[in-house]
Amino acid sequence: MSRPALSDEILLTIDQPARYIGGELNMVEKDPASADIRFAMCFPDVYEIGMSHLGIQILYDMFNRREDVYCERVYSPWPDLHKIMKEQHIPLFALESQQPVKNFDFLGITIQYEMCYTNILQILDLSQIPLHAEERGEDMPIVIGGGPCTYNPEPIAEFFDLFYIGEGEISYDALFALYKRCKRDGVKREDFLRRAAQIPGIYVPSMYEVTYGSDGCLKSFTPKYEDIPAKVEKQLVMDMDDAPYPSKPLVPFIKATQDRVVLEVQRGCIRGCRFCQAGMIYRPTREKNVEQLKKYAYEMLKSTGHEEISLSSLSTSDYSQLEELVNFLIDNFHDKGVNISLPSLRIDAFSLDVMGKVQDIKKSSLTFAPEAGSQRMRDVINKGLTKDIILEGAGQAFEGGWQKVKLYFMLGLPTETTEDMQAIAELANDIAVRYYEIPKEKRNGKCQITISTSFFVPKPFTPLQWATMCTADEYLGKAKVVNEAVKNQLNRKSIRYNWHEADVTVLEGVFARGDRRVAAAIERAYEKGALFDAWSEYFDNERWLEAFAETGVDISFYTLRPRELDELFPWDFIDAGVTKEFLQREWKRACDGVVTPNCRMNCSGCGARRYGGGVCFEGQN
Amino acid sequence: MKVRIKFSKSGNMKFIGHLDTMRYFQKAMRRADIDIAYSTGFSPHQIMSFAAPLGVGITSEGEYLDIEVNSTDSTEKSVAALNDAMVKGFSVLDYRRLPDNAKTAMSIVTCADYTLTYREGYEIDRSLEELREAVHAFYEVPEKIEIVKQTKKSEKIIDLKQLVYDFKVLEVEGKPAFYLKVSTGSTDNIKPELVLEHFYKYLGLDLNDFTFRTHRHDVYTGNATEGFYSLNDMGEIIR
Ligand code: SF4
Repeated sequence: MSRPALSDEILLTIDQPARYIGGELNMVEKDPASADIRFAMCFPDVYEIGMSHLGIQILYDMFNRREDVYCERVYSPWPDLHKIMKEQHIPLFALESQQPVKNFDFLGITIQYEMCYTNILQILDLSQIPLHAEERGEDMPIVIGGGPCTYNPEPIAEFFDLFYIGEGEISYDALFALYKRCKRDGVKREDFLRRAAQIPGIYVPSMYEVTYGSDGCLKSFTPKYEDIPAKVEKQLVMDMDDAPYPSKPLVPFIKATQDRVVLEVQRGCIRGCRFCQAGMIYRPTREKNVEQLKKYAYEMLKSTGHEEISLSSLSTSDYSQLEELVNFLIDNFHDKGVNISLPSLRIDAFSLDVMGKVQDIKKSSLTFAPEAGSQRMRDVINKGLTKDIILEGAGQAFEGGWQKVKLYFMLGLPTETTEDMQAIAELANDIAVRYYEIPKEKRNGKCQITISTSFFVPKPFTPLQWATMCTADEYLGKAKVVNEAVKNQLNRKSIRYNWHEADVTVLEGVFARGDRRVAAAIERAYEKGALFDAWSEYFDNERWLEAFAETGVDISFYTLRPRELDELFPWDFIDAGVTKEFLQREWKRACDGVVTPNCRMNCSGCGARRYGGGVCFEGQN
Repeated sequence: MKVRIKFSKSGNMKFIGHLDTMRYFQKAMRRADIDIAYSTGFSPHQIMSFAAPLGVGITSEGEYLDIEVNSTDSTEKSVAALNDAMVKGFSVLDYRRLPDNAKTAMSIVTCADYTLTYREGYEIDRSLEELREAVHAFYEVPEKIEIVKQTKKSEKIIDLKQLVYDFKVLEVEGKPAFYLKVSTGSTDNIKPELVLEHFYKYLGLDLNDFTFRTHRHDVYTGNATEGFYSLNDMGEIIR
């Protein structure tokens, strides 16, 4: 047990001291001095969120299997501790050894959502590491970013020494080997970075020259040296059977958001929804072997003692061995008090049957994500869910005793009209009508339909990356249209409507498709106190608007400006598998409202086939 | 079948609150394959209850939880299985069968004892002898020690003489420390720090929240006249 970096006085004053002491079940303990490489793995949000992230658990386990690496964890100190650490100049420490992060070889930060960008600066700041990569001396850790937001790392590029593009399982061995060689030979930081940039999937921002045209758009993006690749290729695990998976995941003392065993059944998604970045960047879809999953389920329940297991993937219903896996879990674990949770399941006869077995129907609700209200709009975004399918699923569920329905939609999609927005309310009403078709004596009271809308943020490497956004006021106007339409429905009393913040959406839009110039605004916002922006109680839009104004970064340039089909995007240097030609094709089809079949129905030649596996080759061997 | 488990909580685990300690043991039961009984219904939970919640910041070598099991291994094997499932800072010390009609630990707890040692930098300039005399004068001599106790809603006058069963000065690693045996349970729960707060007042000193490190030794049932006995003594070893 390491002596805490923080004193009793501090730990007994702040909220949830257990966030900062480590010592959790299945934590890896090594002698820090015996490791050639000390790696601090960071999720830049509060402990309970960060500990719930599967990707970190996978890398933590994988790194620590190596004898020469000691991987430890770091999360964002909550504002109460942040203040104390700043005042007392306490350097941020890793949980395992409780030693300062600034003495590590690497600080790896997983970047899952844009609103954590100020938390990244907090991590660097509290670690006493210079915010800008170019200011870091030879003895500072190499700061490395990974995760979905690195598919456009440019707004935060200057804060990182390098980014890892793609799934972490592949190139770290090469990076570590290079690092050890360089350390042994006393190679300078700059030279190490230059060599690292030649490893597949590694992007070193300082090795590229960026110029902008008079219109403010990106004009060129070129390597500074001949040995630096012009394109950075995303890394993917193609052998899912031999990929490492943590059979002994960490179990926190305090309740994490994900307080259960998470079993990842596949990566990627066959569906091709045009707004969904995950559905594009994790192509091709790769399934895991069901026998191996059964083994993992058993081992992980045993090693953690969790009372719940959840299947994880972008679209679990598309996992071809789902029925077998779910039946195995129910047969083997359900009567041992293990809950089985099945998020993102399509509502059909099978899932209703399973849910009826593992959940309390009266308490649980059905979830549909039609994403758009009208069929026309759903065709634009290539969401294959039709009204008939929804009504059929809801009908079966209602007959089976369910009465709560949650519906998720997006507003602000390209080509959206008032009718499309109103159709959201109408769809909810149709579902209610279907409920009240059930004879009174067979249903129990009213149905409850909850509509939630978020505002659409165009993401890099999606067909909708060319879409323009709206102003915050325009977004709220859209929510108002839906709200009015709900009030006009016959079954309005059974329908509840809530919508997301519009201000956050606009900022997400800037960060998602921003370039290197946006960094100044992020840094200024942090200096002005922005932190935990993903938490509505800490988000302060005024502060952000000031930060943008003071740094001369124009929000509307990134959100409202129409983008030409051949515009050079800040993220075009990444080869994400899907080709720009495919995305352009899909964007045109979106504008025309033409749907594209999913990968299992018909391959549409997205480019991911060259990874040589997954769904692209299903049934071919 | 009812089983009482005794465990200790030390080191950094003192920062784990009571509810999280409960969650920790629920998962530990599953890891150790204890054949614990579950309640019926849609979300079954383990039949488990704790004796006397330990505050955050306090270490202990005498914590108890009662469970209901369908079947069980011996004390020795069960203790070993549970210890295999523990993290550093939690140790299972005993595992004993209770009579079927035994009341839950929580309902019979009457007393607990503690040692409070000085945290570095908070020591006071009084010798062992001076402190012993002061404790004698503060605690042993008076017939009554009436104090005002603040509760969430109201304040009431209580008599510490009735609720503090032992109070003495010890020498731990060359420094003075205090031993206290105080009333514990749902009624008349006395925190040892409360007694020292009033003792400090008597000395004309202010007690800081961080002056002492508190360590609990054991939890007892019984009463002052007939005697207290450890919750551990009520169970029998399973062979
Ligand atoms: S190449 Fe075809 S099958 Fe493979 S991911 Fe792309 S669209 Fe799907």
